[in-house]
Amino acid sequence: MIARKKAYYAGIPTAPYDLVKELLVALAVVTAAVVIFALVLSSPDEPSLTLQSVSQSDPQGFVQTALGELNGSGGIANYGPPYNNGTANVQYLGPQIGPIGPFFSIQKLIGVHIPVDTAQDYVLGPLMQIAATVPGLSAALSTYNGASATQQSAWTDAYTKALGKATVSGVNLSVPSCACGPVTLMMSTILHLGQRGAMDGLLLTSNRFYRTDYTRPLLFMADDGAVASHAASFNLLGTQWGVMNETGNYPGQAWLWLYTTLYQIWPYNGPWAANADAMAILTVTILTLILMFIPWIPGLNRLPRYLGVYRLIWKDYYRRVRSGAIPWSE
Amino acid sequence: MNLTERLQRRVSETLPYEELMPAEQPIYVHSYVYLFGIATVASFILLIVSGIILSVFGPQWWHSSTVGHFVNSAHFWSVQAFFFFMVLHLWTAFFSGAWRDGRGLTWVSGMVTFLVSILTAFTGYLSQQNFDAQWIGVQGKDALNAVGVGAFFDALNFGQMYGFHIAVLPVIVAGLVGLHLMLVRLRGVVRPYPLDVEAREGARAGAEEVPV
Repeated sequence: MIARKKAYYAGIPTAPYDLVKELLVALAVVTAAVVIFALVLSSPDEPSLTLQSVSQSDPQGFVQTALGELNGSGGIANYGPPYNNGTANVQYLGPQIGPIGPFFSIQKLIGVHIPVDTAQDYVLGPLMQIAATVPGLSAALSTYNGASATQQSAWTDAYTKALGKATVSGVNLSVPSCACGPVTLMMSTILHLGQRGAMDGLLLTSNRFYRTDYTRPLLFMADDGAVASHAASFNLLGTQWGVMNETGNYPGQAWLWLYTTLYQIWPYNGPWAANADAMAILTVTILTLILMFIPWIPGLNRLPRYLGVYRLIWKDYYRRVRSGAIPWSE
Repeated sequence: MNLTERLQRRVSETLPYEELMPAEQPIYVHSYVYLFGIATVASFILLIVSGIILSVFGPQWWHSSTVGHFVNSAHFWSVQAFFFFMVLHLWTAFFSGAWRDGRGLTWVSGMVTFLVSILTAFTGYLSQQNFDAQWIGVQGKDALNAVGVGAFFDALNFGQMYGFHIAVLPVIVAGLVGLHLMLVRLRGVVRPYPLDVEAREGARAGAEEVPV
């Protein structure tokens, strides 16, 4: 035994201890438990949504999302860093108190690193790729791209109004005729592409053959209410304890309980709601650092002594010391 | 003395074989709470084994294969067991003030292991290629973006998350677990808190009266 440890254990009786046996027994017991749980309870695997399934289940919502991407009114179009220079989702590490603040945004400081141009990436780009196969689409795109911003807005605004009066029958969407210029054909084509499954591929295309980055289609889905509705049915929304839950009746990431709890309580769901993510992460970071460096925090490092739970942990040892069966060593 | 000999000497002085695998422990190391740590290690071994099988067959295998689904289920429940035992181990270490007597680094290494494990599990959920992965990515991105992390750690980028989950983070967790175990073995298990004065005197009196 090295000298330091020998001095530390001085005066304390030792007993044989088989670490290898302990590990093997633990491994056998945990393996048995895991195999039984896996066989009896299985594991969740709710199939992923596709742009095809979303556009078929809610064609009106899908076109509304695409229109928002085109005219820049969608959530991602105004999100902010790291996707673009919008401001809608920029969060600050400090709430606004009266006229003071908000204080500091790491999100803004880091800036745009995953650029997403919603009009180009979600509507104009995909339509351009299949323009030659749809009669009139090339001309429609030329008309739209050649028009002034004011004209483009007039068309998309008119289409928004018409879409509000649209009727849905199964997967079919009937939008009343409107003075929407090329937008009518563009939107009907987008819906057609979505329902045929082509959008799932078109949003992933790039100059490279292999793709493993699903950022663009998932951001489109993030803008589509159908995805959130599907998540709500599994109690997965932030207000429903969010990522701590799992689809089906399975335990989720229960270890995130403290972080998730913050979203459910004041002031995170009140005056800090606009910066809830940043404030929750800041809070959990501070608490984690306190717990991590507790050995060196005066007062707190003696907390276990006062809590007294150690009496249960070493109950047998203390009993034997009190009975005199083993000597007490200072 | 060359560098190899110096390293050899340093290792044999600071990491003697019998310290890494001691056959005796102080008598107070006799409580069920000491099993939580080793149960965490056992769960980690299961995670690695089931994870290797899943990665050998690829990320889509378990969606279409009965055997694959079983292996995924074993991986899933191993995660739950790993965190269950790890949290119990963390709290019993806390309540016993396990950082006392120069064991601060042991405590910190355990805490860092816990934090990196949370990140590993998070990337695992993002690598499932099902609705859960989609939604956790969509929802989790806002928190990552809010503190600037999302620009470099994209929860919606499957390739990046999968790489983190099956290669980068498990290696870090394994290294941290190894460091933590080594520190525990080198510094020994922390002694129980002292008895209060009266109980201590009673113990001394008892020791005089009762032959050991």
